[in-house]
Formats: sequence, C-alpha cells, structure tokens
Amino acid sequence: MALAFSEESEAKFNELVSRYPNTRAALLPALFLAQEEFGWISVEVMDYLAERLELPPSQVLTTATFYTMYNKQPVGKCHVQVCTTLSCAFRGGYELLERFEDRLGIKRGESTPDGNWTLTEVECLASCGSAPMFQLTDSKGNMEYFEDLDSEEKFETVVKELESRLPNLPDPRDMH
Amino acid sequence: MEELFLSRNFKIENGHTLPVYESGGGYQRLKKALNMDSATIIDEVKKSNLRGRGGAGFPTGVKWGFMPKESELPKYLTVNADEGEPGTFKDRYIMELDPHLLIEGCIITAWTLGLRYGYIYVRGELQFAIRRLEAAIKEAYAKGYLGQKIQGKDFDFDLYVHPSGGAYICGEETGMIEGLEGKPGQPRMKPPFPAVVGAFNAPTLVNNVETIAAIPWIIERGGEWWASMGIEKNGGPKLYGLSGHIKKPGVYEAPSGVSVRELLEDYGGGMLDGSDLKGYIPGGSSCRVMLPDTLDALMGFESMREAGSSLGTGCITFMDHTTCMVRIAGRLAHFYHHESCGQCTPCREGSGWATKVLDQIENGNGRMEDLDLLLDICDNIEGNTICALGDSISIPVRSYVELFTQEFEDHIRRKGCPFPAWSLRSSASTRAEAVAGAE
Ligand SMILES: Cc1cc2nc3c(=O)[nH]c(=O)nc-3n(C[C@H](O)[C@H](O)[C@H](O)COP(=O)(O)O)c2cc1C
Ligand code: FES
Repeated sequence: MALAFSEESEAKFNELVSRYPNTRAALLPALFLAQEEFGWISVEVMDYLAERLELPPSQVLTTATFYTMYNKQPVGKCHVQVCTTLSCAFRGGYELLERFEDRLGIKRGESTPDGNWTLTEVECLASCGSAPMFQLTDSKGNMEYFEDLDSEEKFETVVKELESRLPNLPDPRDMH
Repeated sequence: MEELFLSRNFKIENGHTLPVYESGGGYQRLKKALNMDSATIIDEVKKSNLRGRGGAGFPTGVKWGFMPKESELPKYLTVNADEGEPGTFKDRYIMELDPHLLIEGCIITAWTLGLRYGYIYVRGELQFAIRRLEAAIKEAYAKGYLGQKIQGKDFDFDLYVHPSGGAYICGEETGMIEGLEGKPGQPRMKPPFPAVVGAFNAPTLVNNVETIAAIPWIIERGGEWWASMGIEKNGGPKLYGLSGHIKKPGVYEAPSGVSVRELLEDYGGGMLDGSDLKGYIPGGSSCRVMLPDTLDALMGFESMREAGSSLGTGCITFMDHTTCMVRIAGRLAHFYHHESCGQCTPCREGSGWATKVLDQIENGNGRMEDLDLLLDICDNIEGNTICALGDSISIPVRSYVELFTQEFEDHIRRKGCPFPAWSLRSSASTRAEAVAGAE
C-alpha cells in the first residue's frame, strides 16, 4: 500500500515546508512527523518523503542515517533511553540501566519480543543536575524525561506508570 | 545573588506564558530597542562585556559588528540550542521556563542587525522545550511582536523552531547550519565564516541561547550595568550548571568571575558526605580536567585559561576520590568517537584509537609505552581537523594523562583498575553504603 500522511499530518507538513526557503531544509522536522505517523523510518518512508519534498532519495537517506533519533528499524512502544555519560554515571546511570535490563529481561540495545520495550544507552541529555535519568519516547512520538531516579522505589513507580500506558500505544511494527 | 535576571522566571508560576512575562516588564525592552538605532545597541552590547555562552567566549558585540549591513539575500539569525556538551544543562532551562526572554532577545537582535528570519536550533530530544518555545512564539505573533510591521515599525521578522535529529556535532556552528539545511551535520571549512556565508548562503548570525537571553536585560539597564556584574572582559550574570558528586546539583545564577569554590560550597552545597574532591571539569567535558588546588580560580575566560583549563559552558562536573580517571578518560573518548562526524581522518580514527588504548589500560592490558602513544595520538588530532571536535578529544585526554600519570601507571603495573567497580555506577543512596564499606 502506498504511504500517505493523514489529513492532520498533511497540514503540519505543509506548514513545516512553508518555514524554509527550500524544501530540503524541512527534512529534519518532516522525518519526525513521518516517524510519528508511520512508526519508524523505513526505506519506503524515506522514498515517500523524497517524493513529497522533491528531493533525490539519496539525500533523504544520508540525512536519515546520519541522525540517531530516526529509527531505521522498528523500536518498542516505549523506547527507554538511559543516559550513562559522566554526570549520570556518577549518580547511578549504569545502575539504572541495569535495573531496566533486569526488569525487562533484555540487554541494552535490544527490544522485547512482544514489541513493548526497547532499551538504549545514550549520551548526555542535558539533564546532568537531575541524574540519574532516562528519556522515554513512545510510539506516538511523545518524549518525556524521568529524572532523579536514584532508588529502587522510584524506579518501580515509573515502570508501573509506563506499563499502564502500553495498552494505549500502537505497535510501531504495525504502523505501516 | 539577590536579584536574578537569566533565571528570574524559573520559579514563578506560569513564568513561561506571555501575560506573566509581560507583567514583569517583558517586551518593554523590545519597545525601547525599537527606538534605538543599530549602532547604539551594538555599542551597548560591546560595553556589556557579554561573551558567547556556547563555550568559545567570543565577545558578542564584536561578533555582531562583523555582520554585513547590506546583503542581497535575507540575513538569518540562528540560535544555537543544541546543548549537547556532556555536563552542560542550562539553555534547556531558559527555553522551558522563560521562553519569552529568549524570543524577546531574538527580536531585538534581528532589529539591530537587520535579520529577516530566525531559527532556534534545538536538539530534538528537548521536545518539552520545543513545545514551550512554539507555544510562546505563537503568543508573540498574536501580540504583534513577531511577523510583519512589528510594533508599527518598518521591520519584519519571522521566528521558527528547528528540531535537530540527534547529533552532538550539530552544536558546532557550521554543523548546525548544515542540519538546518536538512543535511548531515558535517562542519564546513572556515572561512568563509557564517557572518559572510551561512545558512542558505546568506549572512548568518550564530549565538547561543544564554547569549541571546542576556540582550533584553542589556537594553533595559545598559551595557555598563551588565559589565559591572563580572570581572574584566567578562560581564554579567550567567547560569552555572553544577553536577557530579555534590550535595545540591542544579542550575544556579551567579556573576561572571565567581570562584569555583563559591559555586561548589555556597551554591552546590559542597561535596557529598564522605566524598573528597579529586578533580573537576569547569565547562563541559571537552575542557581540561582541574585539580582541587585550583578551587579559587575565577569563572572567566582568561582566568580559567590561566588556571590551566577553560571556562567553556560554565557547567561544572565535580568528581570525588572514588573516581577512576582512566575510566573517565576512556568514557569521554568513547563519547567523542561516537559523535565524530567522520569527515576528518585524525578525528575519526584518532578518537577510536584513543578509546581502545584507554580501555586496554583500564582493563589491565596496558603497556607503559601506551602513555606516550596516547599523547602522540592527541598531537596528531589537534589542529588537524575541520572543526574543534578533534580538539575536544585531544585536550581532555591529554589532561587526564598529564595530571594523573601515577594513576595510569598504577593500572599498568597492577594489570587492572585499583578502583572498586561501583565507583562509576552507583547512585547516591547505594554509594553511601559502598563508601562506608570501603573504609
Ligand atoms: C564540537 C562542538 C560542539 C559545540 N556545541 C555547542 C552547543 O551545543 N551549543 C552552543 O551554543 N555552542 C556549541 N558550540 C560552539 C559553537 O560552535 C559556537 O561557537 C556558538 O554557538 C556561538 O555562540 P556564542 O558566541 O553565543 O557562544 C560547539 C562547538 C564545537 C566545536
Ligand atoms: S550526563 Fe546524563 S544528562 Fe548529562
């Protein structure tokens, strides 16, 4: 099936393009919009954006693959990204990452087979004063910081909260 | 500090909204600036001794003076909100808690330099900041502070938020411009500088968020007043992000030229109980590490250089006696290796090589000659790359090797790390037990 933006995304897309003197400049925000709508950035999605922005597909490919926030493979409904750079490492960043590994039964860099979770180790997220922390990106494209997670108790509260959101989130693998 | 400027609205309820911002005098500074001419404003900014807050400390008024007056193409403002330098977390607070301060600064800057379009280039992870900024921009348009014929003047300016896609290198100003243009963030050769050929081939001003946020205050109270809250050549209050092994990590506003000791003790609450200061990084992880005997150094660009490092972003990471400096150097080299854009061989290959050598020493497989090898790798990166990311690897790595040589040699002799495994992984609660157990 050929891809197409929903009516709402179409309006956003046109507004994005109007912000810049040429269409290529709209590529970064357009990739986010496409990821929100189609779950992940497949070659098919890149080709669709190339067509919509009137760009050679190779330009979309080089940009989409240069930046880490565009998922070239589907990730879980909840993408947990734990910071382990210095300031976080000093306050328990690795401990937090290991708590997630134990709780989810996967290693960093992996996804659970049910498509619910992906766990990634990331670099400094400009939240060093509230370490340890992680960023959540859900399959609707919402991002949220969870900070100061320095105890088992706070960790459990956050995980329970995220678990309760899972039923309302689409599985990125099914989004296009 | 008694009166706050950059963080004034941080603790005020709904401080991010237009009505609250205006009730505190917001947008009056724009109205004042619209009745001042360009040369007068640039002069005030020069007098203020405001230095770029993105890390390099270039005098803002001088940079503004480089912008060409005439241009066939529309001129651009790009605000650097990529905030990715490890240990740095200050711009995010301005965008989230006082977005109008930044927006008012953008409009005054555009008026002063005749800039037609502005983009705030925000790292994509900061979605909350992006949403706050977009909502605030909408409010500003509705009030006629943005758009066409602003406040009845012959002055058009449009301002947008541009989300980055996740790449540290886009904090480098020409990498940022590439990202704005939808390309991979691979920095450009300079010259030409962005003031001459920047975004979309047009003259472009690049300033950091905190730099632009200072402008409304300089307009309100004058350049000399701003300069008075500082030391020679370094004017005005600034935001200091304090993190690491301290009691009260967070963002604090204090004058330029405050000492590291004051920041640590009076603002940061001192080191954690049972922690002795072993070293600190004064302004983001690309600075040279410093020893505790420099605590009285003042937070200014020249004073920090004299003390042996650099001011950088002014966000300090404090490290205690349980910290393994070999592991730190390896962790940082890993970061810069991961973030190297890959264009220049010395940076791309040198960062990976340094990471491997450091990991080898940490894991007990180091050789004495590795220390010279590390310094040699640094020599070969430094100054040999298009942008300063290369130096961001060599400068810190060299400093750990030079200042903690003994510790590196210990690793090599003992064939392993003498520090406990928990030292770079435990949270405040679990480490208290670990520290006690170790004693
Ligand atoms: C590798 C690298 C990363 C940088 N990252 C940032 C950043 O995240 N934010 C920033 O404002 N400046 C960053 N800079 C500095 C910018 O290149 C530029 O000097 C600055 O944005 C200019 O603004 P200012 O004069 O107001 O400081 C970085 C520089 C380098 C070499
Ligand atoms: S080190 Fe983790 S947010 Fe900065």
